[in-house]
Amino acid sequence: MTDAAIPANVLGTLAAKFRTCPATGLKVDLAAERLIKANAVAAVVFLMIGGIFGLLVALTRWPAVHLLSSDMFYLVLTAHGLDVLLLWIIFFEIAILYFASAIILSSRIAAPRWGWVAFALMIIGGVMTNIAVLQGDSSVMFTSYPPLKAQPHFYLGLILFAVGALIGCFIFLGTLVIAKEERTYEGSIPLVTFGALTACIIAVFTIASGAIILIPTFLWSVGYISHIDTLTYKLVWWGMGHSSQQINVSAHVAIWYLIGAVTVGAKPLSEKVSRGAFLLYIFFLQLASAHHLLVEPGLSSEWKIVNTSYMMYLAVLGSMVHGMTVPGSIEAAQRKNGYTHGVFEWLRKAPWGNPAFAGMFLSLVMFGFLGGISGVILGTEQLNIMMHNTIYVPGHFHATVVTGTTLAFMAVTYLVVPLIFQRQIIWPKLARLQPYLFGLGAAGISVFMMGAGTLGVARRHWDITFPASDVMLPHGYPPMASLMMGLNGLSAILAATGGALYIAITVGSILFGKKVDASNAAASLGPMPKKIVRDAVTKYGDAGTWHLPGTYVLVALFFTTFVLYYFVNWKYLSELWPMQ
Amino acid sequence: MAIFPPQTRIWWNEPVAKAELVWIAVAFLWGLFMFFMMIYWHIYGKQNLSPVVGRIDPAVFEQRTSEFAEKFKVREEGNLGIPVAKPTAGGDAYMLARTFEWWPVLELEKGKSYKLHLSALDVQHGFSLQPINMNIQVHPGLEHIITLTPTEVGTFGVICNEYCGLGHHVMTGRIYVVEPGQGR
Repeated sequence: MTDAAIPANVLGTLAAKFRTCPATGLKVDLAAERLIKANAVAAVVFLMIGGIFGLLVALTRWPAVHLLSSDMFYLVLTAHGLDVLLLWIIFFEIAILYFASAIILSSRIAAPRWGWVAFALMIIGGVMTNIAVLQGDSSVMFTSYPPLKAQPHFYLGLILFAVGALIGCFIFLGTLVIAKEERTYEGSIPLVTFGALTACIIAVFTIASGAIILIPTFLWSVGYISHIDTLTYKLVWWGMGHSSQQINVSAHVAIWYLIGAVTVGAKPLSEKVSRGAFLLYIFFLQLASAHHLLVEPGLSSEWKIVNTSYMMYLAVLGSMVHGMTVPGSIEAAQRKNGYTHGVFEWLRKAPWGNPAFAGMFLSLVMFGFLGGISGVILGTEQLNIMMHNTIYVPGHFHATVVTGTTLAFMAVTYLVVPLIFQRQIIWPKLARLQPYLFGLGAAGISVFMMGAGTLGVARRHWDITFPASDVMLPHGYPPMASLMMGLNGLSAILAATGGALYIAITVGSILFGKKVDASNAAASLGPMPKKIVRDAVTKYGDAGTWHLPGTYVLVALFFTTFVLYYFVNWKYLSELWPMQ
Repeated sequence: MAIFPPQTRIWWNEPVAKAELVWIAVAFLWGLFMFFMMIYWHIYGKQNLSPVVGRIDPAVFEQRTSEFAEKFKVREEGNLGIPVAKPTAGGDAYMLARTFEWWPVLELEKGKSYKLHLSALDVQHGFSLQPINMNIQVHPGLEHIITLTPTEVGTFGVICNEYCGLGHHVMTGRIYVVEPGQGR
């Protein structure tokens, strides 16, 4: 270490101010806490804006309601993707990165001033792109495929936002270095932090891809570059667009482990297996750009097969491993808590009244069954012919990003508000209901859009009725398609109600919730399972022996569904017109 | 717990339970199966997209498509008189995409194969054949040639499922499939 580095190091340590968390005993860096608060609040604000846009989209696509005009529809759809898929999720992820480093490791955060620079850039960028969209000349959809051209500040805002997020990633990495140097923890970083590190590494790759394509596209929009190759744009853009979804996967899997640990005392079945699964994400998830290029001219089938399968499905393997180890760790913990009867007592008597746990478990199940399986089907080279750009695609990613990521983020909010904002959740009874309401609505959105997609309904489409008065060659979808889109609209209303409730509870608790202190800290985290250690070791199911029959049943059910649905789709494909 | 460092410092030497190992093996083998299934289908399956692709100047593609439409025109449709082209069985068929139409209308014979040439003149479009639900991306500057064999008689809609601008939802086309040797 140089002479200059020592004082800086000491100064940083002296400048940091801590409080002790009354619930966990962790040292909480106040600078980190302020940054987490700011990013989480920004996330929730963009969720609210984007959520309203989403409801308007669903109500327009409901043929009987058909709310917006076509111009407004395409504008609102562009804004919906931007605000929820990018701004809500990345702001929340930055908060998670700071939490998983500074708070969980009881460390001071690296360069908090840069944290505020990052925050400011992200806000300016997010607002700038929103303004570009709302001005009406940039209805190019979130993907902005050239040669469709948006206003220059559409791209500039995205670039500024990405630079801010990148700074956030480096603050996370810097905090890991500080925690290691100042020995704030013993041994290896906790699994949750490891998951956040996975998310951070993928985020750096993602943002680099975004920079590589958005900077030239910005220059093209102002006229310095004459031509952007459409295929290259898609290939690189999806290096950002799809890989950023893998940031979400890593982040929400980390949150599953976090909530399992806090609510039922779950500990990983095997550190090696869980970390190995995260490692598979780092190695292989970036190949997913190919998912969007399977019916594209100009790319060889060999390239498509290797990339779309994440190199022989090794990243899918990672998710399938988490799909067992997360419920398995919960079952083991619950059996240790004394719930050993039968195959499913541990699950029946889980803290379903705690919104953090309920949201987390719903997120886990729906991400796997709805999002995971449909994702593999969509990502199979030939099967994609039946689904590409139909509304099956948004059906799939609402299962991953809404029932998976968003629900997990909502669930962890019920822990973040008491732990970081130090406020109790107001309206606990409504809060209990919230994950079910939102989860049910989001599941409906996913399932009904996928259903309509299998009937051929296009995504990003204002009117699916093609009346003879508007089009030269009318076409009609089967009546079932309209029914599906109607059910999608109803589900969106349900999800929007759940989302509004989440925002009202979160904002209300931060502003008006009772202060959390040592006397009520544990109770503020919501109902927890009672430990009734009775015949814990005599019956099967002792956590130490890893005998987890309930998890085996759940995993077997998942695998059976997966295999059946996979072959059903090949059968449908074989009935299509032969093509070479 | 997952929020604390691993209990054993040398966690990578901890034994892994048999059930976990079994699941990892099953999931890995399933992944391999799904990987080889795509390759199997390229060899034995009948629905694969062609790698036959070339760069093409949109103006050239437009020229070729108009020549094709003129040569094989059997009638006109709609109030704007869109030509309906009936190519020779086994021969080439052209369809171009531009904001906001698929042009021309095709009439094909059941059970016969055609080389369908697809490309766009302006922005990207999505060729979505309904109710077959067959979807192919169409780029300006790239020509995609697909050998297609219709297996059923009827009227099939072509809609655009890649957002192409504010008139995206009025962009339709059509393919008729008739019994061999018959017209409509």
